[in-house]
Amino acid sequence: MNVMINGSAREVADGMTVAQAVRTLTAATTGVAVAVNDEVVMRSAWETTALSDRDRVEVLTAVQGG
Amino acid sequence: MDDLIIAGEKFSSRLIMGTGGAPSLEVLDQALAASGTELTTVAMRRLDPGARGSVLDVLRKRDIKVLPNTAGCFTAGEAVLTARLAREALGTNWVKLEVIADERTLLPDPIETFDAAERLVADGFVVLPYIGDDPALARRLEQAGCAAVMPLGAPIGSGLGIRNPHNIELIVEAAAVPVILDAGIGTASDAALAMELGCDAVLLATAVTRAQRPDLMAAAMKSAVVAGRLARQAGRIPRRRYAEASSPMTP
Repeated sequence: MNVMINGSAREVADGMTVAQAVRTLTAATTGVAVAVNDEVVMRSAWETTALSDRDRVEVLTAVQGG
Repeated sequence: MDDLIIAGEKFSSRLIMGTGGAPSLEVLDQALAASGTELTTVAMRRLDPGARGSVLDVLRKRDIKVLPNTAGCFTAGEAVLTARLAREALGTNWVKLEVIADERTLLPDPIETFDAAERLVADGFVVLPYIGDDPALARRLEQAGCAAVMPLGAPIGSGLGIRNPHNIELIVEAAAVPVILDAGIGTASDAALAMELGCDAVLLATAVTRAQRPDLMAAAMKSAVVAGRLARQAGRIPRRRYAEASSPMTP
């Protein structure tokens, strides 16, 4: 299936979880938050939340600003 | 100096720092240390796998409370989502709400800001909204449950100082929540003026991070905020058109 991860189109295995999507970018689990299709996915649900075709995944962290 | 209290939390420093514009995390670290700040903003952005070091590590090491902002958001919906992501990533329900109207001025959009503030307050956030120097909007945001109001002195990064001191005074007079002068500070006298006008704190970034010597400017800002606060509490003399002798006029 195809998903967008931080704006990049990716072809990934069916049933990829949010946790697996995050691990394509970073090994960190703290200081990071995820939204799928503009809804926050709590960290406690990363392992059990499967992505669907055409999902938009945003993985954010804190950077210098403000 | 007396403590600053926001949403029941005490801070002994009245200088809130931003982290934008620093050439490196090392320079930022030195500037934050020199500023004496206890509360500092960060922005939320897509994770960059190639990034080295994190602003969060700098803040954690210095025991500075992190204040996520919603910089870069143009709508209430974007700002609410960004605040929720920040809460999840950083474990804080505090947010500096920033919804800008356009990229040229970076001025805050009052309609979107108010909409987002109401939604975030209802969702349990401690909301500190960045706004224009508008006393009516400040009052409405306080009534909506915001923990502070953050009127600008001048556009972000402009260094133009406080363009409408009268409006800042009007906001201060009416507010029961802390008033934090945010944006426009160019140098130490601007920060001192904000405090003399009665603001409870000052938030600045560029004036320090883009100064030729950030650590020195941070120390200057720290002193300016203290000086301005003390002058406010001391109560300045009234302005007069003509001289008033300070020595006896009789021989």
